[in-house]
Amino acid sequence: MTQKAEARRDRSAKTAEELGPSEDYLTVMIAGQMFGIPVLQVQDVLGQQKVTRIPLAPAEVAGSLNLRGRIVTAIDVRRRLGMDPDAEKHKEMSVVVEHENELYSLVIDDVGDVLTLYNKDFDANPATLDPVWREISMGIYRLKDRLLVVLDVPKLLNTVHL
Amino acid sequence: MDDLIAEFLTETNESLGDLDTDLVNLEQNPNDMDLLSKIFRLVHTIKGTCGFLGLPRLEGVAHKGEDVLGLFRDGTLQVTPEYVTLIFECLDCIKEIISGIEETGSEPAGDDSALISRLEAVYNSANGKEPSPQEALDALVRQARENVAKEAAENTSVSEDVTSEDEGEDDSEDEEADEGDSEGVSLDELEAAFLAAPGPEDMAPSAPQEPAPVAVEKPVVSKTKQPQEPAATKESGVAAQSLRVNVDVLENLMTMVSELVLTRNQLLQILRSQKESEFSAPLQRLNHVVSDLQEGVMKTRMQPIGNAWAKLPRIIRDISIDLNKKIDLDMRGKETELDRQVLELIKDPLTHMVRNSADHGIETPTERVAAGKPETGKLILNAYHEGGHIIIEISDDGKGLNTQKIREKVLANGLATEEELADMSIQQIQQFIFKPGFSTADKVTAVSGRGVGMDVVRTNIEKIGGSIELKSTEGKGSRFLIKIPLTLAIVSALIVESAGERFAIPQLAVRELVMASTEGENRIETIKGTPVFRLRDHLLPLVSLQELLKITPPEPAPVVEAVPTLTEQDMGEVETQAHVDMDSFLEDLEDDEESTSQNDYIVVAQVGAYMFGIIVDRVFDTEEIVVKPVAGILRDIDMFSGNTILGDGSVIMILDPAGIAKCTGEIDSSDTMDVKEEDLRKHESSREKTSLLLFAAGDETPKTVPLELVSRLEEVDMGAIETANGHMVVQYRGKLMPLVPFDSRVHVEGEKRKPVLVFSDDNHSMGLVVDRIIDILDEYIDVQMEGGQGIVGSAIINEKSTDVVDVGYYLRQVNPNWFKNHGDEPFEKGGTAGAPGKRVLLVEDSPFFRNMLSPILKVAGYRVTTAESAVKALKLCEDGKMFDLIISDIEMPEMSGFEFAEKVRATEKWQDTPMIALSSHTTPQDMDRGMQAGFSKYVAKFDRDTLLDTLSQTLSEYAA
Repeated sequence: MTQKAEARRDRSAKTAEELGPSEDYLTVMIAGQMFGIPVLQVQDVLGQQKVTRIPLAPAEVAGSLNLRGRIVTAIDVRRRLGMDPDAEKHKEMSVVVEHENELYSLVIDDVGDVLTLYNKDFDANPATLDPVWREISMGIYRLKDRLLVVLDVPKLLNTVHL
Repeated sequence: MDDLIAEFLTETNESLGDLDTDLVNLEQNPNDMDLLSKIFRLVHTIKGTCGFLGLPRLEGVAHKGEDVLGLFRDGTLQVTPEYVTLIFECLDCIKEIISGIEETGSEPAGDDSALISRLEAVYNSANGKEPSPQEALDALVRQARENVAKEAAENTSVSEDVTSEDEGEDDSEDEEADEGDSEGVSLDELEAAFLAAPGPEDMAPSAPQEPAPVAVEKPVVSKTKQPQEPAATKESGVAAQSLRVNVDVLENLMTMVSELVLTRNQLLQILRSQKESEFSAPLQRLNHVVSDLQEGVMKTRMQPIGNAWAKLPRIIRDISIDLNKKIDLDMRGKETELDRQVLELIKDPLTHMVRNSADHGIETPTERVAAGKPETGKLILNAYHEGGHIIIEISDDGKGLNTQKIREKVLANGLATEEELADMSIQQIQQFIFKPGFSTADKVTAVSGRGVGMDVVRTNIEKIGGSIELKSTEGKGSRFLIKIPLTLAIVSALIVESAGERFAIPQLAVRELVMASTEGENRIETIKGTPVFRLRDHLLPLVSLQELLKITPPEPAPVVEAVPTLTEQDMGEVETQAHVDMDSFLEDLEDDEESTSQNDYIVVAQVGAYMFGIIVDRVFDTEEIVVKPVAGILRDIDMFSGNTILGDGSVIMILDPAGIAKCTGEIDSSDTMDVKEEDLRKHESSREKTSLLLFAAGDETPKTVPLELVSRLEEVDMGAIETANGHMVVQYRGKLMPLVPFDSRVHVEGEKRKPVLVFSDDNHSMGLVVDRIIDILDEYIDVQMEGGQGIVGSAIINEKSTDVVDVGYYLRQVNPNWFKNHGDEPFEKGGTAGAPGKRVLLVEDSPFFRNMLSPILKVAGYRVTTAESAVKALKLCEDGKMFDLIISDIEMPEMSGFEFAEKVRATEKWQDTPMIALSSHTTPQDMDRGMQAGFSKYVAKFDRDTLLDTLSQTLSEYAA
């Protein structure tokens, strides 16, 4: 991670002036789609964890886990986005975010690099996007070879029980 | 908000709390000068401080209140309830303004002129002789103060921005205010400064328009200062020993300690799995330190419950005046400490309940007198610790709950049908008061009865893991018992497993654990698919945790049904066992590992009066857990009260028994033991069951004594017996306790340990050595045969002839003076058999003597009714019960035997019934007094033979 961070710093030093305002995102993969979570919201990245199931909880709640003495509620982002359960059995990682003074871990398939993305590459949600996705997406970044959906974490968590 | 104002608010709120209590005290002791000075000083401080904080409205009210208080202090005005009420109104007004300031940071708008003019009127009428100069002075003072206040207000607002800049004003008070702001000095200092500065009173006499100070005013000035100065210094002395800490800091500290406790638990868990480790010694030490730390931090959060009660005397006083009642509030165990958080949460429910008791419970003096009760009603609050819980009792001797009214209300509100009500016991009906929107008061008074009532109380109490019980007898009073955990942060919980998931159940709600087998007596039965369990002589409703939480075992293993089907091969292993204690239960678990899936464990939980069983697959250990709130998105699941991290680091959910009860159709009262007893009592009111201890000694005939007589059961090592003064003695709790073998057949020598029944009364105790304890049971004692030495007689208990032991006989063996026997030789024995079937009423407050006398009387052929107090006995009279003879103790609480006798003589029904006094003192004066009161005979307590003789003699005299 430190190498990447250095690389990022080098790059941003070079290009900051030419490319205009930018933001850093942690990229995550869910069912082949790339998502970005604003880096400042990320508390931690975890590998596979022992998760306790919570009976009667909304389906999107995967359970709860112990992160250094704090209880973290795990959210199955796949389910939240209305996608089928992971058929390929990825190694399953999670990104811990803080929301309203509580910790949540977003269970996703894989975690990628931290990218610095520029406002010029940003686009609003296409009007035809799936309503569930439109709700939790802040917009789309056009990357060279693919598109990145920016996750609106507070919205994602606030609407879990709906 | 201005720091200074915030500080002022905190201190003033504290003073106001004290003021309420002090004023009520003052009303009762109008001549207590210290108290008066204290009150005066508190009000004066409020007035003075708000003067230069720029709070003119508050100041105006406080000032007038202070004036009237000044009159009390000078003796110009008598302390009467009317005036105290006025002062209370003044305080209420102050409180209202203060809470306004708290909310908005500035004084709320409002008009206090009505109150002020009333205060003025009182003030003027007391100084009636010379109203004009006084008024002039008043006006002047007010004028001067308003100016000062206005200036102060301006200055304070300026000084918020410009802190250290000197405004260049001459006014000394303003300078004080500025300094106060810039340096952030405490209110104490400020007050001291204020006192040093010339106050308005000092200014007034020197005002140029006033030629000479009015005579009344002068002493006020001098006296005001004297008590204040030393008090101020005293306060700062106290302040040096205590420290005001922000609650957040403590909360934070508590959270961190909780984490530390968890980490320690984790470490210890790891340590346990390792046989030998160099870490074990330091870890043990860490363990102790952490425990101490935890205790220490907990202590900082502890507050005496008296803090929550501080308002009550005032409330009770107001109610008594409003409703013309006489109420004596007795607060016991004020110093009992509990967690601040818990305290905050129970404050309002408690206040509400006390208010209820005073308003609905206690009758007016006329009603009380008519009901044969003392004019003044008693309201007792009692708090004490009991095994990790705090018990708070609220009892009154008022009219109790009116079952009929509740019934009508239940019908009117459609909470139950007539048929349903018909089947309910009194206690079940009483439970309806905990239902939402229920109030039995006919009219809504200002005090209570607005329909937000006991349901809110119960919800609040249950929210903190507590429970509330109610016992009420119509006409006698009500008693509420609140049981709450000492602290909310760390609780002891039972860890259970269902469908492979572990859950914690707070120990507070767990009554017992039962292992249900697949067959035999302890199996789970079903009624139309609903599982139930026979718990002793009860039917316990059951819920399966697995079904309740809709969880399935992780593996596709055969689903374990809530109601297990019979599996043959396990039969041998299955241990049928009813309620077992935790240790042996857990041992069984270890042994029984394989068969557990076939067995169900039932956690018997109790919420309020509702008992139910939760079926789980496995039961682990109990653990101290730190309760953490669940995440926001899970908060609407009723079943969980929180979650926690166990010693092994895994997260588990904490089940909320109250939530489970609610989800499974709690019926509020249902079949608790109490109800059962109540029912039994209803049916068997003529005969009373007694708890009996059965034991064997000497021969195989079971022996019994009433359990109430036995103070403890001990096992004594026979080797430790010594001899003193020819008696066998044993060292017991730092004293020598005489031992008596039940009879010569009970061997003492050469035996290792033997059970000993310890009897004690006051300072004496003795041990009766027996061979073995058989059982304890509730039975009717029906003594059928007269016994010999040491035996009252024989009775059939458990279908076996059983000897009822005369404890008195053994007591006398050890100490002939045990009963202060005055040495009279008994009369001829023949006289005792004389009166078969005569009805005797025994009034005796001590259960010890009551339980000992009644079998003896029964054996002599009397039909004995007992009453534990004179009041109860009089109630029997009201109910129309008739007796041939009354035996009464003299020293009894509430009403002594003498009073009782006088009352009895005054009744129509009982005036001719002969009465015998029982007493441990038999001085000639006492005897005279007894005769005057209406006793026909006086017998020393406890001279069995004389008593029996006296009884038969008296009866025959009266018959003649």
